[in-house]
Amino acid sequence: MSLPTDHSPPGPRFSALTGFSTLFYKEWLRFWKVNIQTVLAPVLSALLFLLVFGHTLRNSGEPYPGVGYTAFLTPGLAMMTVLQNAFANSSSSLMQSKMTGNIVFVLLPPLSHREFFFAYLLAAVARGLVCGAGVLLCTVWFVDLRCAHPLWVAVFALLGSAVMGVLGIIAGLQSNKVDELAAFQNFIILPLTFLSGVFYSIYSLPQFWQKLSHLNPFFYIVDGFRYGFFGAGDVSPWLSAAVVAACLAALSLLTLWLIKTGYKMRH
Amino acid sequence: MTPAIKVDGVVKRYGSLTALAGVSMEVAQGEFFGLLGPNGAGKTTLISILAGLNFATGGSAAVLGHDVVRDYREARRALGVVPQELVFDPFFTVREALTIQSGYFGLRDNRAWIDELLHCLDLTDKADANMRQLSGGMKRRVLIGQALVHKPPVIILDEPTAGVDVELRQSLWQFIRRLNRDGHTIVLTTHYLEEAEALCGRIAMLKQGQIVADDTTQNLLNRFSGCQVRLKLSPPGLPAGLTQLLSEGGGDDCRLTLAGYDELESVMAALRTAGVRVLEMEVGQPDLEEVFVRIMNH
Repeated sequence: MSLPTDHSPPGPRFSALTGFSTLFYKEWLRFWKVNIQTVLAPVLSALLFLLVFGHTLRNSGEPYPGVGYTAFLTPGLAMMTVLQNAFANSSSSLMQSKMTGNIVFVLLPPLSHREFFFAYLLAAVARGLVCGAGVLLCTVWFVDLRCAHPLWVAVFALLGSAVMGVLGIIAGLQSNKVDELAAFQNFIILPLTFLSGVFYSIYSLPQFWQKLSHLNPFFYIVDGFRYGFFGAGDVSPWLSAAVVAACLAALSLLTLWLIKTGYKMRH
Repeated sequence: MTPAIKVDGVVKRYGSLTALAGVSMEVAQGEFFGLLGPNGAGKTTLISILAGLNFATGGSAAVLGHDVVRDYREARRALGVVPQELVFDPFFTVREALTIQSGYFGLRDNRAWIDELLHCLDLTDKADANMRQLSGGMKRRVLIGQALVHKPPVIILDEPTAGVDVELRQSLWQFIRRLNRDGHTIVLTTHYLEEAEALCGRIAMLKQGQIVADDTTQNLLNRFSGCQVRLKLSPPGLPAGLTQLLSEGGGDDCRLTLAGYDELESVMAALRTAGVRVLEMEVGQPDLEEVFVRIMNH
């Protein structure tokens, strides 16, 4: 080994935003390097759902006037893919880093809790949107899908992936083992996603289940996203946006506090 | 001059367990400082508090005058930590790992320094290899590279040579010595006491969460000054006048602790007078290991 010659301080190359952008870039690379598993597989799963349910339930009537079941199902499946992958990105990254110990590489540098939070969140949103876009791109060729309000589509795609990215951070912080994360995923995320109206309009449900569905925040995400496509939904998109934004704000505040206090990381 | 590290009354409790019970110490800039102690003494807890990986229950700690909680950004920028565990991110190559780590510290365009680090750590030909493909020794070197990638003035090495072969250990120490000569403050924890004795100018010893010794290495060695003499005697047994010097053994194999080499002559004279022959004799000075054992057993 020979002597490094320069030990001068970093100097002008220092940039305040670089820490945040590097952590985002690292999280992006982390899922993109294994895109067969993180992007292609979920897109394929969604397409299989569409093929099976779209085919078997194609004669079950029109959920909205002029909208066939396959067209109705497609935005729901796209949003389900967005939600599940946004959650998977932040939760698995954090849990794996804690489990293998390489979380120290993120904890030792001078990153603030906000930089930490927004980098993980943005990467989760990115993966969710990439997967959701993948589903829509694959289905656009054989499903008659219009886009009545593109802005609402974008708003709910962003809000939905952000909510799930934040939930993923909470789950990743909370979990120290794979089975702890699996429990979070199987007993909270999966039921809420499946009962959010991905496969049906809640007005096809009995009264009691309709009311219960209104307590599920994922319902508002799916319904608002679907409104963006068909201009019709079970509730007003403004109400959906308000509910989802309020959830996002509350969860974000909680998560920022957890990161700031080093919950299950700095101990 | 602002100390490189200042720890003031740091307490860390985990429920009813007290890991650190009011630790205070200072490390001057440019020092090669050893932090020794048996397993569970609190060394890694103290390092974790300095590095921001853990929060103290009480007291304060600062790196180059920057409080590790209130002014954590500056404190962490000044500090490079080589963790004890052999951790790595399996998604990345060596160069990616170093570039990403550099970015976390807010450094753009750090390629020249990263190239130099790769060269210094003999990792240039492994720069594009995935971390999973590296041997344990190479992964250890990457960890050192990650700790140095932002050119920290203070470097903490938490048992960096645990499980490392002799050749790599020697080349690592050569590298770290040079960093110290260039002005970096080095804090080392190790269970290899001969390494600490050879490298560290000052040593603190932790026992059950408390500092039980903090002095220059030479002063610690001098604290148990004098020499150790091991004698094989015939007939067995020390004359009555020498028994107060006996530190170990007895009969025909005695270990004596003398105040200095000049006392050796009077011991020999007493043995001659008593008609005791010396069959074998070994003379030595206490080393750091002996000092460590004595302090820990005190």
